[in-house]
Amino acid sequence: MFVNNDVKNAMAMEERHVIKLSDPDHPVILSTEDLHVYYGKKEALFEGDLEFASNQITALIGPSGSGKSTYLRSLNRMNDRIATVTGKIMYRGVDINQPSIDVYEMRRRVGMVFQRPNPFAKSIYDNIAFALRLRGVTGKHKLDEIVETSLKQAALWDQVKDDLNKSALALSGGQAQRLCIARAIAIKPDILLLDEPASALDPVSTGQLEDTLLSLKEHYTIIIVTHNMQQAARISEYTAFFNQGRVLEYDTTSHIFTNPSVQVTSDYVSGNFG
Amino acid sequence: MKTTEQLEAKLKRRSKAAKLEIWGRLVSLTALMLIVAVVVAIIGFVASKGIATFTSNHVSLWDFLSGKSWNPGVNGANGKPEVGALPMIVGSFLITILSAIVATPFAIGTAVFMNEISPNKGAKILQPVTELLVGIPSVVYGFIGLSVVVPTTRAIFGGSGFGILSGTCVLFVMILPTVTSMSADALRAVPRYYREASLALGATQWQTIYKVVLRAATPGLMTAVVFGMARAFGEALAVQMVIGNAALMPNSLVSPSSTLTSVLTTGIGNTVMGSLQNNALWSLALVLLFMSLVFNLIIRLIGRKGRLQ
Ligand SMILES: Nc1ncnc2c1ncn2[C@@H]1O[C@H](COP(=O)(O)OP(=O)(O)O)[C@@H](O)[C@H]1O
Ligand SMILES: [Mg+2]
Repeated sequence: MFVNNDVKNAMAMEERHVIKLSDPDHPVILSTEDLHVYYGKKEALFEGDLEFASNQITALIGPSGSGKSTYLRSLNRMNDRIATVTGKIMYRGVDINQPSIDVYEMRRRVGMVFQRPNPFAKSIYDNIAFALRLRGVTGKHKLDEIVETSLKQAALWDQVKDDLNKSALALSGGQAQRLCIARAIAIKPDILLLDEPASALDPVSTGQLEDTLLSLKEHYTIIIVTHNMQQAARISEYTAFFNQGRVLEYDTTSHIFTNPSVQVTSDYVSGNFG
Repeated sequence: MKTTEQLEAKLKRRSKAAKLEIWGRLVSLTALMLIVAVVVAIIGFVASKGIATFTSNHVSLWDFLSGKSWNPGVNGANGKPEVGALPMIVGSFLITILSAIVATPFAIGTAVFMNEISPNKGAKILQPVTELLVGIPSVVYGFIGLSVVVPTTRAIFGGSGFGILSGTCVLFVMILPTVTSMSADALRAVPRYYREASLALGATQWQTIYKVVLRAATPGLMTAVVFGMARAFGEALAVQMVIGNAALMPNSLVSPSSTLTSVLTTGIGNTVMGSLQNNALWSLALVLLFMSLVFNLIIRLIGRKGRLQ
């Protein structure tokens, strides 16, 4: 039977392509199984089933409104009062999407940085000490030490070490975002979730932020939502492509960007989307 | 060439929109001037009348502010008229501060509930109730005070039941809705991302409310309280109905006393213009006016500090 070449190519493309991880150096630390998210009656995420490798960077890409933030915010239960989340979120073998989970303790292990830098109207020092003090760390030496290491890890220490008592609101956008990272890592989480952390930043700050994330990989597992495909390609090991509330493709970043298995992914990463 | 000229002519011609613009400015400027004129006239009038006590009746300002007996028209032992306003000043401040102290925790608690804990119920029940309470005329509060609060106070503490305590109870209920809805506004103005940042760091909801939301809303909450105090300080009718109207130093919370406003409203109709009795009342009005300016100033200062943060 005669088959048009284009049709043949399209048929060769899969509908959906999601790999399971098997890297013994970077075991799976977090995974979701059959995750659905509903805002009221409206389903915004259909069946999220991803695995995240420890001490690696995973990028979530996809057009705006495709459910990336919805998915990410479900991972540390930030959607609790906003949406209904069904399915399993397995963190080191424990389903953290159960009602019996202490979300406050869980969020200590799964930290989050938002799109818009959101430091508190407090001093730089107090911003970082905030979560530590909540957990009863009050010793001045201990606090000083953690504030310093957190700021160093976030590559902000050199710029602010003399201004620790100044208001965090005086920082530039890039500095404020790195302060938010320092604040999140001060409580030593396992996993760091970032939702388009560079979208409000200029290119130079974005570059610095990416360097920071690459260096943080050594200590933390990083999951980052980004609308910037070059960014995903530059920093991540794995990439998930979201479209219309579905994970259409999940594979290594190089696979997604050079040889995607799904037609829509191919269109999206090559800029022919629309 | 021609087209340039045409264009220039067209651009220079006053369009209809530009003329309307001038008219609009004129109208709003006139309205503004009128209001300014009225305010200046009121202040000027009260001030000129109020100062007469000191200029034409030769009462010293110190005697007025610190004297403890109020009996204009009668000369005291020292031969001077008895126009000591201290009992009323103390009464006014006492009742204002007490009602604010009682109302603030309730108001902030309700605002927190409405805004943070149960926004749905807050929006459906508490918000309309609060707005309704703001609109109830003060005579209604006074009447309820007279028929419920005063007898209750009498039953518990003895005496007549009139006094600062009854006044505080009535004012507490009166300022509560205002302070509550302004506090709720202050909480609503705290950006959502502060709450998210705090929750994402593993803070509980209470920790978030206490350490982040209330801290960030402090200037707004202070404004709400001062606003409530200004209202309590200036309230006349309801207070007058329950305080007993005795121009005496309040020696207990349940003995009849008076405030600046209650003495003014009960006395102003019974005096002759230009007499010392009348002038002395105007001096009380001047003190009231001055205090409301002070409250206004405090609110502005808090607002400015809040913005600077
Ligand atoms: N708080 C919310 N309430 C209702 N619908 C929401 C809410 N947040 C997101 N959505 C909807 O869910 C879908 C996915 O949104 P989102 O996860 O923000 O996408 P992305 O981050 O990929 O741009 C969109 O259709 C959006 O309108
Ligand atoms: Mg988003």
